Amino acid sequence: MGGVWHGPLERVDDYRWKIPQTYLPGMRVPGIIYADNKLIEDIKRDNAPQQVANAACLPGIVRHSLAMPDIHWGYGLPIGGVVATDIEAGGVITPGGVGFDINCGVRIIRTDLKEEEVRRRLDPLVVELYNAVPAGVGSKGNLKLKTKEETKILTKGAAWAVERGYGAPEDLDHTEERGSMEGADPSSVSERAYERGLNQSGTLGSGNHFIEVQAVDEIYNTEAASHFGLDKGSVTVMIHTGSRGFGHQICTDYSKEMVLSMPKYDIKMPDRQLACVPVKSPEGKEYISAMKCAANYAWNNRQCLMHIVREVFERVFGTSYSKLGMELIWDVAHNIAKFEHYEIDGEKKFLCVHRKGATRAFGPGNPELPGDFAEFGQPVIIPGDMGRNSYILLGTKKSEEEAFGSTCHGAGRRMSRKAAMHQKGRHTLLNELQAKGIKVMAASRGTIAEEAPYAYKDVNEIVDVVHNAGISKKVCRMRPVGVIKG
Amino acid sequence: MKPFDIVEHTADVSIKAYGRDLKELFRNSALGMFNILADLEGITTSMELEIKVVAPDTEELLVEWLDELLYNFYTKHIIFSSFDIIEFSDNNLVAKVKGRFVGENKNRLKTEIKAATRHNLKIMKRDSLYEVRIIFDI
Repeated sequence: MGGVWHGPLERVDDYRWKIPQTYLPGMRVPGIIYADNKLIEDIKRDNAPQQVANAACLPGIVRHSLAMPDIHWGYGLPIGGVVATDIEAGGVITPGGVGFDINCGVRIIRTDLKEEEVRRRLDPLVVELYNAVPAGVGSKGNLKLKTKEETKILTKGAAWAVERGYGAPEDLDHTEERGSMEGADPSSVSERAYERGLNQSGTLGSGNHFIEVQAVDEIYNTEAASHFGLDKGSVTVMIHTGSRGFGHQICTDYSKEMVLSMPKYDIKMPDRQLACVPVKSPEGKEYISAMKCAANYAWNNRQCLMHIVREVFERVFGTSYSKLGMELIWDVAHNIAKFEHYEIDGEKKFLCVHRKGATRAFGPGNPELPGDFAEFGQPVIIPGDMGRNSYILLGTKKSEEEAFGSTCHGAGRRMSRKAAMHQKGRHTLLNELQAKGIKVMAASRGTIAEEAPYAYKDVNEIVDVVHNAGISKKVCRMRPVGVIKG
Repeated sequence: MKPFDIVEHTADVSIKAYGRDLKELFRNSALGMFNILADLEGITTSMELEIKVVAPDTEELLVEWLDELLYNFYTKHIIFSSFDIIEFSDNNLVAKVKGRFVGENKNRLKTEIKAATRHNLKIMKRDSLYEVRIIFDI
């Protein structure tokens, strides 16, 4: 299994460690891991660096196989991995570099509410959210869709929900890719994926997916925070989920397909979960189209969930969501492959950037950003565990130059679910969280103990690394007030 | 011989399944997977399904078999607990599987499994016992 990493790690600077290309036969580039002295020890215990080295074998990979400080052992690419391949030079795409939960991601909504106001109605708010949001293993949504409608979701993404009144057109301006990737052809999606996705639109899922009511407790960049309409004590709502069974099935289908197709392109990988084909091959194009369908499904899912959250706030606070100032600040994808231009060794290249448990972090002036964010850079949303903090950061030019415009995505687990369950029982934990002023409800058995704060790395340490390394910059920090877990 | 062990790692769960032959290894792998998904203690079966899988080699066949069961769990809402493999070769499998609808057994559900992964998947034979470790994305 994971084991412990005994391979070489050379220090590059205070926040970067290198796995030399000579470590593993077949590595085409070195590996680079972002971490400080403390986090690197955690990372070594996990053998995730082996997966960074494996990914360095992908045909067409450029510059480095990267890993963010929240890296942990996954399958195929590690969680926290970023790899870019040169599309024109036979660069490949691998479903194992995106993950099963395609476009798993996070959105954050601001409100005009202050923490005291929410605390006064916290119990009904959390209970109503819990009752309104379909969650848990294989949860079914309240949107009863016909296959024809589902097809529209796959091409339109979040705009499908907005057209039905589940949100406002401005929401799309503040969603990565405006909530819909172009080139999503539903014919690349199997019947099985349709089936698994049909009744899961507007559902949270289980495990680490959540809806969290938060209060801003620290501001680092006053100008940017005030641009987002955030102050100390402001209440925000964060939604973390992805493409549910629909995306899982697409990754399942295409992982199989790629294992079969690899020999045709004379590709051999050290791990079958990194099965890949050239981006420009028919199989590559087909997976990309299906992946985009799943990405669009996920953006629509988060848009639908946001609508449910807004409705709950309206009921609990007795006024419209627009009067409550519930605007979407931003929505990020953190399991996805994107097609972006970068300068590599003085040459402009068109790259396929896989981000698996990593967030896009475009700097100020990037043409992809909406006008109101152009001078600041792209908001980056970093959820933490349910007992500590979450962050809003901003992307930087340095990230574009050094890390294919990427940064970390969260805290990253440090303890297995079972080990976490053995530490403390559900009731002890709930009481402890309650004493800290955090009310938690969960749909699945065991989720609370499994998702305990100590099961995760300290998000504050992770964020310090990406901030100090300059690949994103802190804007503000939130702490949880009310949590709904899947 | 125990049928399987559930082994947990940082972010994922895996099973180590055992079998005196490949058929038993496949059966125990499925049993292990459904033990992660749900509490099978004392569950009875009320319906049966035939499953057919084809793959280029035994390891792929194992992943396909588990993915097929997962697909049926999510779309037909059946918790499977009995797996009778009636035809088996390196690249072909036919099984009769039995289970119960999730419905009134909803409180048995434990952990959502997204898929079985191919990561480091290798069927090994030690002495006369087959063994495999399968990592699930949960």
